[in-house]
Amino acid sequence: MKTYEKSGGFFPVFERKTGPAKDATHYCPGCGHGNVHKMIAEALEEFGLLGRSVFVSPVGCSVFGYYYFNCGNFQAAHGRAPAVATAVKRTNPDSIVISYQGDGDLAAIGTAETIHAANRGENICVFFVNNAIYGMTGGQMAPTTMIGQRSTTTPQGRIETVHGNPIRMAEMLATLPAPTYIERVAIGDSKHIMKARKAIRKALKIQAEGKGYSFVEIVSSCPTGWKMDPVHARDWLLEDMLKVFPLGVFKDESDTRDEGYWNRRYDAYDPAVVDEYLDRLKSTLGESEPVPLAGDLHCKFAGFGGQGILTAGLLLSQVGMRAGQHVSWFPAYGPEMRGGTANCSVNLCAGRIGTPLVENPNVLVVMNQPSLDAFAGEVVDGGVIIVDTTIVEGRPDAKRLRPVLIPATAIADEVGTAKIANVVILGALVAATDCFPRAFCEDTLRAAIKKRSLVDMNIDAFGRGYEFVKNAR
Amino acid sequence: MARQFMKGNDAIVVGALAAGCRAYYGYPITPASEIAHAAALHFPALGGVFIQAESEVAAMNMVYGTAGMGVRTMTASSSPGFSLKQEGLSYCAGAELPCVVVNIVRGGPGLGNIAPEQGDYFQITKGGGHGNYRLIALAPNGAQEMCDLTMHAFELADKYRNPACIMADGITGQMMEVVEIPKALPHKWDHTSWCVDGTPGTAGNLVSSIILAPEELEQHNLKLDAKYKQITADEVMFEKYEVDDADLVVVAYGVVSRIVYSTVDQARAEGLKVGLLRPITLWPFPSAVITSLCATAKAFLAVELSTGQMVEDVRLAVEGRKPVHFYGRCGGMVPGGDELLAEYRRVLGGGSR
Amino acid sequence: MTDNTALDVPWMEVNGELCKGCQLCLAVCPKSVIAISEKLNSASYHPAYYTGADCTGCGLCFYACPEPGAIRVTKP
Repeated sequence: MKTYEKSGGFFPVFERKTGPAKDATHYCPGCGHGNVHKMIAEALEEFGLLGRSVFVSPVGCSVFGYYYFNCGNFQAAHGRAPAVATAVKRTNPDSIVISYQGDGDLAAIGTAETIHAANRGENICVFFVNNAIYGMTGGQMAPTTMIGQRSTTTPQGRIETVHGNPIRMAEMLATLPAPTYIERVAIGDSKHIMKARKAIRKALKIQAEGKGYSFVEIVSSCPTGWKMDPVHARDWLLEDMLKVFPLGVFKDESDTRDEGYWNRRYDAYDPAVVDEYLDRLKSTLGESEPVPLAGDLHCKFAGFGGQGILTAGLLLSQVGMRAGQHVSWFPAYGPEMRGGTANCSVNLCAGRIGTPLVENPNVLVVMNQPSLDAFAGEVVDGGVIIVDTTIVEGRPDAKRLRPVLIPATAIADEVGTAKIANVVILGALVAATDCFPRAFCEDTLRAAIKKRSLVDMNIDAFGRGYEFVKNAR
Repeated sequence: MARQFMKGNDAIVVGALAAGCRAYYGYPITPASEIAHAAALHFPALGGVFIQAESEVAAMNMVYGTAGMGVRTMTASSSPGFSLKQEGLSYCAGAELPCVVVNIVRGGPGLGNIAPEQGDYFQITKGGGHGNYRLIALAPNGAQEMCDLTMHAFELADKYRNPACIMADGITGQMMEVVEIPKALPHKWDHTSWCVDGTPGTAGNLVSSIILAPEELEQHNLKLDAKYKQITADEVMFEKYEVDDADLVVVAYGVVSRIVYSTVDQARAEGLKVGLLRPITLWPFPSAVITSLCATAKAFLAVELSTGQMVEDVRLAVEGRKPVHFYGRCGGMVPGGDELLAEYRRVLGGGSR
Repeated sequence: MTDNTALDVPWMEVNGELCKGCQLCLAVCPKSVIAISEKLNSASYHPAYYTGADCTGCGLCFYACPEPGAIRVTKP
């Protein structure tokens, strides 16, 4: 015996529906949504998918999809159902996710979400009910409204040169490589309806098999919005709409795609796994007993981008961190990035650090003339100013400041490359301020420099800078 | 002790991972992009989700999707992008979905610039999207707090089933400091009573913000309002520095609080009794402590990277009992310590600028 | 509604309270065995009904009907 009756994919009674008549839908007489709902509900039940299905309702006439479907339900913002569906599927790849949308939702306000969910090949089903009008909102022009079709916002009919043409989503999406299956069907005559049923079932199977994204566009009628009786509406659909929206399969790679290919990995939260992972992010400088800081340093490093200004600050910061001191580093650089001016502020303090921006440094490093001009005046009285004399021609005010003049770039060049002038400078800074012991700084550098082959050269550069200053005293 | 020297923006992602966040949805925007960069590295490596969405709008609606599954999720952006997230935030608040949204505020209005500002205070604390709702808003002022307050934001979001926002700025995001890497939180939350996660146990649930009947929607709003009153009563966070005997209480949050902190001792050295009150929760705002300080303070001064937004909340708390002054810079300009000291002198001395 | 349960022939039945009178079932029925009632149901629609004979149990009316619970077709 075969019985065609209300599917168990529907709630037995539509308790979520407001008002009386809790076993009838809210749809108008002859509306195609009901037909599509029946096909989806039937398939979900027959395929045994209800328990893991999530139906995402859009905004529009089918906003109340959650009244009906006996599975998990989401209601999404206008046009965003594919984004919500994407997240649901990614967060539980075993779920069966349906993004059910009308034409305004899918092809106007949600065009971007529609295209990109398709382009990512999300393993979801998008069921697109195209009835060429905004129904719920009051019969306005939809992106799929036909040329000449009257709506509340095209009272003279849709005009190509004013409103553009009806948009063909199935064809557009079929240009994308990722989608697995794209077909346009119709709730027209019985043959169409049975084909639509087949397409919906196929799409759900593709998802269940992890074969990827399906898009079934269902041309459907809106007797109320079209101001026609249901039978005439169906005839108009058959005679006029299908000329603009031809039925057919626009893409079908369901036979050639591997099962599970489009299923993404998702692991639920496991604190032990996260702890193990976060442990790998910790500093590799190695532990050290706290090393006292001779005095708080508020440093500014300034020069051209590409001179390693920011790195010099970072290296000093890492020494400070390993010593157990409070450290902050803040970069600022010109829009030119390389060749422009770059500077960074480094605070190295025994106590809590206030502003991370160093306005009045007690140590200023300048590696180009513009930096000397710009920042020398900001240094506090008696502050240290370290100048790379290979590059900077000017000299700071020796009466007010403690200049440390060092041909850092030339020294670096001797060591092997002018690029490590910043490390020569760092050696000079440590020598001039006596902030931390030399050996402690060198140990830290060894740990901080990732490229093993460069360690010796950097230690050499640091030592030369350090000794240059100590010997000059 | 596991420590690392890291950017504030990176610390947010560390905090999120340790809080059990499993899905990050983002869209690139300066100066918040490092958060997406770090998320792209770490989330997939831990079997979580990272999607660079097609838009801020989509990213926020993806957050709605994962949040509706009872799974911790987040997005991050900067001001113009944060504006685009308002739709999804309103839906999350309406559907009572916990999530965390980060706004690394930049100069506005419009495209503005990428420099630090606090001009999104109104948007964050007064709603932003449509309808009667509130965002829990936390304002870290350093890298460690970027991590810790992100974790706290996830806990608050879950506790109250409401979106929580981290409001920071380009300096706090770009600045590197030493961060103690936290232990991952125990996985003790269970949202199966309301979430829809694609399993039979939650198949009877509905994630939705639509309530057609006016009488029911009013009740829903009143329920949300009661929740917001509870948050206001229980979750205020602030920090006081030298305020108990202060003649001038400077109210500042985020990076500005760091600048003010640096000036307090200097001001006191020259005889100006200045203190700092730093709201850590911007909403709920620490109104009660400000009201109580009216008993001892002679005046209040709100300092912001804006043309005057938080100052309105200070005034509401002071209720005319004491003068409330304002000093602000905006467009990416940041006040210097000397500038602020001059302002303290002016306010306390009654002189002009 | 005609009671055909005792008969060993296919039949369709319409829940007159759920039917919205759109007549799409009439339009697709290959045997024209469905008609529209002159009476109104409680929702003010003229519901469809089975004329009582010659249903083949093809189910086309079921799929043409937008209402989940309005039509039931049984094919023994």
